[in-house]
Amino acid sequence: MHQIEVATTQETLYDSPEMVLNMGPQHPSTHGVLRVILKLDGETVIDLDCDIGYLHRGMEKICENRLYPQIAPYWDRLDYIAAVSNGLLWVETVEQMLALAVPPRAHYIRTVLTELNRIASHLLWLATHALDIGAFTVLLWALREREEILKIFERQFGARLTCHAWRIGGMPNDAYEGFTEDVQRFIDNFPKRLAEYETMLSENRIWLGRTVGIGVISAADAVAIGLTGPPLRGSGVAYDVRKARPYAAYADMEFDIPLGENGDTYDRYLVRLEEMRQSRRIIQQALTKMPDGPVNAKVPKIIKPPVGDYYHSIEGPKGELGCYVVSDGSSRPYRVRVRPPCLINLQALRQMCVGHLVADVVAIIGTLDIVLGEIDR
Amino acid sequence: MANLLALFAPPNVINELLQRLSLSPETINYVVWPFIQIGAVVTAIALWALYATYMERKISAFMQARLGPMRVGPWGLLQPIADAIKLLTKEDLRPDKADPYIFFFAPFISVAAAFIVFAVMPFGPDWGVITDINIGLLFVLSVSSVGVLALILAGWSSNSKYALLGGLRSSAQMISYEVSMGLALIGALMFARTLSLSGIVQAQGLDSIWYIFYQPLGLVIFLVSGIAENNRAPFDLPEAESELVAGFHTEYSGMRWSLFFMAEYAAMIVVSAMATTLYLGGWYFPFLWRIDHAGYHSLFVLLSLVVFIAKMVVLLYIYFWLRWTFPRYRYDQLMDLGWKWMLPAALLNIALTAFAVFTVQALDGWHGLKTIESLTRGVNLTWQGKVIMVAFGIAGLFIAAAMLSAINWRSRDFNLKKQRRQVRLVSPPQGQPAVAPAPSES
Repeated sequence: MHQIEVATTQETLYDSPEMVLNMGPQHPSTHGVLRVILKLDGETVIDLDCDIGYLHRGMEKICENRLYPQIAPYWDRLDYIAAVSNGLLWVETVEQMLALAVPPRAHYIRTVLTELNRIASHLLWLATHALDIGAFTVLLWALREREEILKIFERQFGARLTCHAWRIGGMPNDAYEGFTEDVQRFIDNFPKRLAEYETMLSENRIWLGRTVGIGVISAADAVAIGLTGPPLRGSGVAYDVRKARPYAAYADMEFDIPLGENGDTYDRYLVRLEEMRQSRRIIQQALTKMPDGPVNAKVPKIIKPPVGDYYHSIEGPKGELGCYVVSDGSSRPYRVRVRPPCLINLQALRQMCVGHLVADVVAIIGTLDIVLGEIDR
Repeated sequence: MANLLALFAPPNVINELLQRLSLSPETINYVVWPFIQIGAVVTAIALWALYATYMERKISAFMQARLGPMRVGPWGLLQPIADAIKLLTKEDLRPDKADPYIFFFAPFISVAAAFIVFAVMPFGPDWGVITDINIGLLFVLSVSSVGVLALILAGWSSNSKYALLGGLRSSAQMISYEVSMGLALIGALMFARTLSLSGIVQAQGLDSIWYIFYQPLGLVIFLVSGIAENNRAPFDLPEAESELVAGFHTEYSGMRWSLFFMAEYAAMIVVSAMATTLYLGGWYFPFLWRIDHAGYHSLFVLLSLVVFIAKMVVLLYIYFWLRWTFPRYRYDQLMDLGWKWMLPAALLNIALTAFAVFTVQALDGWHGLKTIESLTRGVNLTWQGKVIMVAFGIAGLFIAAAMLSAINWRSRDFNLKKQRRQVRLVSPPQGQPAVAPAPSES
């Protein structure tokens, strides 16, 4: 943590042109318990530092004391907005460790549900981002659509938020009766709803004024910092794990990667909106091509992966979510390490914010789409 | 019918009752009656401010695909009362290091400034006016600008950085919008030729027109500045909840907080009432100017009151509508809008109106064209004069648009629509880690 220094030549803080403002951990727009320490000149940000760890649960350490199947629910609580994607990473990692062949139907259902989860996560991002910039109505509209997805999750998994969606080797049960119809109905309605959000925001002068040219990060800087996900693609770098190292059934799907030009908040907004449309496209294909058959591979009763180091990553809604596991051949992992996309995306905050106003800091935190459960682990 | 109308007899009943208490007529006219009126208006406005919150919650709910308050009473109609009781019984917290006296008095200043203005508001003819002072408009402007003092004091005395930033923002915002608000009114004054608010309404009645037709530009500037002056979204920077937590009232809770809240709603009602008075013909029924109301005068006044309130409610609805559809401006953008758009437009409006009035006067009697009917109380025009004046009003909108474009064409905010972009869609081959392509830096 680099030290924020206040000019001390003056007698009191009020005589100084600079002011240190402590934003968070209790603040409406820091998306959880992020604490941002701002050094301000008037309302202009001169310097900024983040303090994290208010939600630290020691998840990586806990994983060392649990059996492989027991670890899965802990992953749901990393990025609790995208629990289905997170859970998928863990089971896929273990499946790769065991070299299990998962039936294709399970892969397709996984693809549908993780893409639904991506839409849900992006909708929540849109809702909170718009709220940060003051458009309250978009919040409730986006949550209305997210609710439809959560209903599908509830029918399928029995839970809405932390679903514990998958099992090693496949799925706990097949897709429920009427699953295809529910999903089809959702993706049929969805483009209309997206168009509604666009009329509220995309051409709105105030929205443009608040997002265009705010929080610009160049492609070179984005790569240097290690940004992934929409912030990286907003800067114009075509990197998507679903394309680069396809997992689940993504190799069979046709979809495009949306890219921004300038790497500003508006670009990231457009990229995420387009990603939702592409997700819809993927779901449509997966539903059409969905094969029949079992949804579970034959899994040994006691899971003891062979000794070795394993890395697997997926394209979570926030960016590349990675999992590094060291196995010592026992039924418990020796070490589990998460590559949290939000933590790494957050590193760009200082570079993006300095020189902007306080109001922009809020917009930039929103555009990075961070979840503190994943940053703090 | 006559019996029914007798129910709306003038309030002589109360007068007679008071005379029986052996009070002199002077006392009754100058002490008792004003107090009755003040009591009625303060109660009405306070209740209205309460129910304006209900209206706002319901309207926002319908805009957002939900129901709004539904639990307390039928359709949640008693919700505002329940809220008021809750706020009254809450603990009155004061931060340790706050300046106790200023912190204590700031909400009162705010609410008093908003309520005093109603003394000169012409809600209706005859007893619909509490006081009719001949500088009513100046009184409204000066008193309502005292309200900003409360926000600055509240922000300063709270001894909190968020509150301080909120107070600073509100002072800057109010100063910049007060100017264009005051200037926008001058156009309407040129037609009314009086500063008395009921005089302005009567001038519109004599001329048989609402000043919105003469002054469309003036109304737009007045409303936008009014919304900014009230700190309502999209200009609600002093209390921007996502940036400054709650701005100047971060440290307030309970009844003190709700006084600020009530002052905000009362101030909204003030601006709506002012716009109604100045531009929408006040209490006059639409397109009905001369009604013979002998015999049922009180009914006429009551109906005029209803008309006035209906017009205000429409304007209040615009407030809510804007609040729930627009994102929030940023501080510097707000200043840009105030000084680079509103102020030049207001100045232009004055020049244009002066030119229009001059033209109409110069045209009167020219080649047999009669434009002016009389100049006794305000400018009364014949139909030719009205056509010319309305044409000037509409032309003013376009002239203002052209001039503002000329002033602002180089500013960043002006070309925002052009800066709108589309995303580029690419589909790299699968299975190969993509290497960063050369991004187009523009």
